[in-house]
Amino acid sequence: MRSWLLERLRALPRHPAVVRALDWTRPARDAVARRTGTVWVAAQRSRRRSLQVRLVTITLVMSSLLVAIFGVLVASMITEGLVKDKEDNALKQVNQGAATVTQQLEPIKDPGDPNLGPSILGVLSRLQTTTGGGAVALVPTGSKIQVGPQTSPNDDKLVPAIPDELRGDVVGAHDPPGPQIAHQFITADLALPGSSGPQPYLVYGSPVVVSVGQFELYYFFPLAAEQTAADLVRNTVIATGTALVLLLALLAALTTRLVVQPVRTAARTAQRLSAGLLDQRMEVRGEDDLALLAASFNQMAENLQRQIIRLEEMSRLQRRFTSDVSHELRTPLTTVRMAADLIFMERGDFDPAVSRSAELLHDELDRFEALLTDLLEISRFDAGFAVLDAEPTDLVPVVTAVAERLGPLARRAGVHIDLRVPEPPVIAEVDQRRVERILRNLVGNAVEHAEGRPVELTLACDDAAVAVTVRDHGVGLNPGEEKLVFNRFWRADPSRARQTGGTGLGLSIGLEDARLHGGWLEAWGAHGQGAQFRLTLPVRAGDRLASSPLRLVPDDALPAIDAVPPVTPLALPAAPAHPVDGAIDLGGDHG
Amino acid sequence: MRARVLVVDDDPALAEMLGIVLRSEGFLPSFVADGERALGAFREARPDIVLLDLMLPGMSGIDVCRAIRAESGIPIVMLTAKSDTVDVVLGLESGADDYVVKPFKPKELVARMRARLRRGEDVTPELLTIGPPGNQITIDVPAHTVSRYGEEVKLTPLEFDLLVALARKPRQVFTREVLLEQVWGYRHAADTRLVNVHVQRLRAKIEPDPERPEIILTVRGVGYKAGTG
Repeated sequence: MRSWLLERLRALPRHPAVVRALDWTRPARDAVARRTGTVWVAAQRSRRRSLQVRLVTITLVMSSLLVAIFGVLVASMITEGLVKDKEDNALKQVNQGAATVTQQLEPIKDPGDPNLGPSILGVLSRLQTTTGGGAVALVPTGSKIQVGPQTSPNDDKLVPAIPDELRGDVVGAHDPPGPQIAHQFITADLALPGSSGPQPYLVYGSPVVVSVGQFELYYFFPLAAEQTAADLVRNTVIATGTALVLLLALLAALTTRLVVQPVRTAARTAQRLSAGLLDQRMEVRGEDDLALLAASFNQMAENLQRQIIRLEEMSRLQRRFTSDVSHELRTPLTTVRMAADLIFMERGDFDPAVSRSAELLHDELDRFEALLTDLLEISRFDAGFAVLDAEPTDLVPVVTAVAERLGPLARRAGVHIDLRVPEPPVIAEVDQRRVERILRNLVGNAVEHAEGRPVELTLACDDAAVAVTVRDHGVGLNPGEEKLVFNRFWRADPSRARQTGGTGLGLSIGLEDARLHGGWLEAWGAHGQGAQFRLTLPVRAGDRLASSPLRLVPDDALPAIDAVPPVTPLALPAAPAHPVDGAIDLGGDHG
Repeated sequence: MRARVLVVDDDPALAEMLGIVLRSEGFLPSFVADGERALGAFREARPDIVLLDLMLPGMSGIDVCRAIRAESGIPIVMLTAKSDTVDVVLGLESGADDYVVKPFKPKELVARMRARLRRGEDVTPELLTIGPPGNQITIDVPAHTVSRYGEEVKLTPLEFDLLVALARKPRQVFTREVLLEQVWGYRHAADTRLVNVHVQRLRAKIEPDPERPEIILTVRGVGYKAGTG
């Protein structure tokens, strides 16, 4: 049995039906991929499928995040440093400038002095040279002073560019009160030499008090150089960061490749092994963990191969044994059979005791023969020797023929066989001999257990499956017996004498026959309501069954009162069950 | 006339019992227990029918079957303990007409033998032609001859019967069961492999390309029919 399983499993990937099924699903899968075929879906799929892609993606995301954080930190620190320097220098200059202005204007006492204007301009133009391409402006505070705001270089846009807020701070209009030095960053389009368009400026303002009154001294320091430096820093950080991230991803790809490659090789080798190429091995290189994987894998394959070969050998021996037993038993049995038949035909000439003995001999030989046939059939299944000889067959004549063949038996039992078949042909790829055997057995059982009530034999089909149900209205099954009826030599009630000639193996063989087709044989039964057996077979040999065209539980079945909800068995492959309150043997009726 | 039967079987008890039964049914049996000597015994006894056990010492039943078939078309019924597809098909392919599986009932065996021997009742002149134009074969029913391109094709009686059954109703599709009944004489549906193997054997002899048959066509899921133009 195990060897049989192994053989089936090994053969599976090569099985034409499996290959066909894979081929059939491929266009569908492609179509789905096309329809939803966004890059995202494809990426998602490859991410799920490939360890390497997943690891590289994770590395990419994580390193991007880290590099971005560090980059922003470094860039902002450098920029801040630059600005801080600028501010410090600027403050120094502003203080000096304020002192210079105070010193130069102090001698002028009269606000209306005509020298005031030129003096201011002189001071300013001197101060302007220290601003590094910037500008200075002196704005009188209040209206007491007779001169207007003066600038160097002379630019009308300078004074309006001074923010009101800054002026407020400088003159002391805001909190905290009192004139003070203040600064602000602005962006303005000033007509300074070497500037075009709006530029960033650091504007410093300082109150200057001289004899003629209070002035505000404003410095415009251009920040273009600092801006350039900051841009350079930012660009450098971005460039190095990106390069770093890409390098990390590449590194991750290379590293995982080192690990993933042997894993993929192992997977491929395992696939080949499972496809039956038992001598496939992995290459062992070095002494690292991967070499250990390869070595362990090879060891596993070795053991598997040895085990399979051993099981194959056992299976071969068992088959051989079965075949030999079959031949060795059958030849003498044939002689006995012919002799018994001869004696049986002449029994009229014997005295009653011998005559009755001849009858018993004859009848029991039938039983013996049926049992031998069934036992050999079962052992063929067990040895994995059963071969499905499937070809396209119209099932309508098959079902009809079974009903006809069992007609005499049914008439003797007073049972009417109610045949319900669709319009022919109902074509499925089946092994006709096996299907006939299953149906003969089911109908024979039903007739025996029908207690004179009709037996319904129904055939139906859909695109993927054909189904036959056999319903009787006899005593039915006790809860739980649906599974037991398929057991070998199972009897509903061993204490009652057997009444029929069945071998007790019929349903077990039927189940194996159904499985060989990839089909289901299931049973339903309820006490007092009779029983129904359902055989479902795929239309194309080797296809997987998903559902049956006929219901297992008959429509006229009463809802189950106690346990055993008979609705689920649809999902159970080959769940069993059958009839008859006690007593009667449920076995096959061959022979 | 009593039919002569050659029984090729190595089991003495079975052979003796077969002898008793066959004699009581009116046959004239002769026996050989060894595959090697079977062909000599066949030539000597010139039987009307051969009962052949597939498992024999010396030469295997399959080889004996081929050897007999090589020189005669007489009915061969295999006795086999194996009902597995491979064995049965191998036996049929090597030339056997029918088979019975041990243990068989005497009546069953005799019925099969009679069915194989029941022949030559057709005497009405009948000339049948089947196959597509340019590739036709002609069957002379009373003379038991089949010819293609004017050349005679050698068929065993059973192959001939099968061909005639199909050719008499060229457009009708025959199920395997109907053919089993008409050609083999089974009353109940039996092993349809009998039909499949014999159709293959027949095709091998009369079809130009047995892989793409034009004279005996398969009707998927139903059976076979004779091809016409």
